[in-house]
Amino acid sequence: MNRRTTLSDVIYYIFVIAFSFLMLYPILWMFGTSFKPETEVFSNAASLIPMDWDWLNYPEGWDGFGGVGFDVFFRNSLFVTGSVVIGSLLSCSIVAYGFARINFRFRKLLFACLISTVLLPIQIILVPQYLLFEQLNWVNTFYPLIVPHFLGGTPFFIFLLIQFIRGIPRELDEAAIIDGCSRFGVFWRIVLPMLKPALVTVAIFAFMWSWDDFLTPLIYLNSVEIQTVSLGLRNFMDAEAGTSWGPLLAMSSLSLLPQFILFLFFQRYLVEGIATTGIK
Amino acid sequence: MKTSEPLTEKEITPEFVEKERKRRNLRESLTGYAMISPWLIGFFGLIIGPMIYSFILSFTDYDMLSAPQWTGFSNYVELFTNDPRFIQSLQATFTFVVIAIPLKLAFSLFLALLFNTGRKGSGIFTTIYYVPSIIGGSVAISVVWRQMFGRDGAVNTMLDAWGLDTISFFGNSSAAMSILIILIVWQFGAPMIIFLAGLRQIPDDLYEAASVDGAGMIRKFIKVTIPMLTPIIFFNLVMETINGFMTFTQAFLITGGGPRDSTLFYAVYLYEVAFEFLNMGYASAMAWILLVIIGAFTLLIFKSSTFWVHYD
Repeated sequence: MNRRTTLSDVIYYIFVIAFSFLMLYPILWMFGTSFKPETEVFSNAASLIPMDWDWLNYPEGWDGFGGVGFDVFFRNSLFVTGSVVIGSLLSCSIVAYGFARINFRFRKLLFACLISTVLLPIQIILVPQYLLFEQLNWVNTFYPLIVPHFLGGTPFFIFLLIQFIRGIPRELDEAAIIDGCSRFGVFWRIVLPMLKPALVTVAIFAFMWSWDDFLTPLIYLNSVEIQTVSLGLRNFMDAEAGTSWGPLLAMSSLSLLPQFILFLFFQRYLVEGIATTGIK
Repeated sequence: MKTSEPLTEKEITPEFVEKERKRRNLRESLTGYAMISPWLIGFFGLIIGPMIYSFILSFTDYDMLSAPQWTGFSNYVELFTNDPRFIQSLQATFTFVVIAIPLKLAFSLFLALLFNTGRKGSGIFTTIYYVPSIIGGSVAISVVWRQMFGRDGAVNTMLDAWGLDTISFFGNSSAAMSILIILIVWQFGAPMIIFLAGLRQIPDDLYEAASVDGAGMIRKFIKVTIPMLTPIIFFNLVMETINGFMTFTQAFLITGGGPRDSTLFYAVYLYEVAFEFLNMGYASAMAWILLVIIGAFTLLIFKSSTFWVHYD
């Protein structure tokens, strides 16, 4: 709009850059402080760059507490998150195809049910789900974290994929069916490959959310050996009780690394994903 | 009936066609149900079933050790008449939502408008501003907040260096609430991107028409931008309000609900009741009250939307 005034441009860039710094400060501070020796965490608290670099915070934090190291937590998180991603991709895509393309009885009603659960607060089902999984003897296992995702546990993903499938021309399905392809065949060989961009979005969000999840592990994972990174980090914080911030912040930084890497490589999908569907 | 054998003309009667059509429909229906079956099992087994069970439990006393005891409405009565912590948790949550969500949306809209002015580099800046939205709910960021706002943390060091009084963020009710609000507002990147997408959808000819009519910048903003954006403001408001009511991790880890329950958010109290006091009946009653509150809030936003949301 204001192509003529350069002054407004200058103000704009100063503001936007200064604000970027403010936005990133907590994150930069975390990385910076993770290299500070313990004494400097407080004596040089606000600075982003350590005066003395202490690389040992990382190996020290990695050893964890109570004999269980972060290698265990990372392995657990990778397993859980990997399973959640696979489960979400498989279940949500096939369910979405069923809803988008097949005319079964009560489809409209069931679709309304699906939509109504998109905004359902997790707190409503927390207690009864816990009691159910307790009956199944699933408490203190990975099942409560993984199994719901093989059963279309995130209705938003199903909704997103339905929207995407509706954009694929129906003629492709019909032609394949006339050629003798079954419904599952059409789904697997024709629709699934075309869904790739939407599936990438689903996979990234499933990864981000599962990696970040704190409440579910907190409720279900009691033994230290099966805890995920988020829960391990919290227990590490409690165990250290504020005495060794260096290793704690080193592990905090590491815990965000997978998300940062994913963000760097797939930010286009993330940004487009939110822009088109409004997921967070 | 075999369909693979060719049919003679006599066999293709209207009854046969009708029967065949029904058979096809049935098969189509079955395929459909087979395909949505994972969700169907999850929906009834993990959502509807548990919801019914939780509704029943909300009228009982259940500590997981002995069988649930039917107590009628006593959980609900207790909550509203004899549980100051419950009333406090409602107050804390409302205060939090009513301040944090409008602030977050105001920030996101303001920056979206700024980035929509077509200057170079807006892509990089939107990306930077979006980063906190991705990691803001993590335990790591809660660790950071705890240290940064600690007694000798980064923020107090800065305040001290500038000659200001240091603040006991975890000892002062409104300061504790403020750092949680700051943490939520910090994550304005996601609604900002949704706003930006909305702003780019507004057709240029609307602005041109307004220009022809002699409208200035401010008038265009009030008469074109805001009305065209109302569906998106509405969407963001609903999503963020619901998420705000469910805020758990940050309050649980950073302030632990303190000091003196001033940041005891609803979700934190519910967690305590259920998983620390093992009072499952009481917690179920709380869950249903939360559903009613969120439902009422959403309905209120929906109902009011006829007055301010502009759909084409």
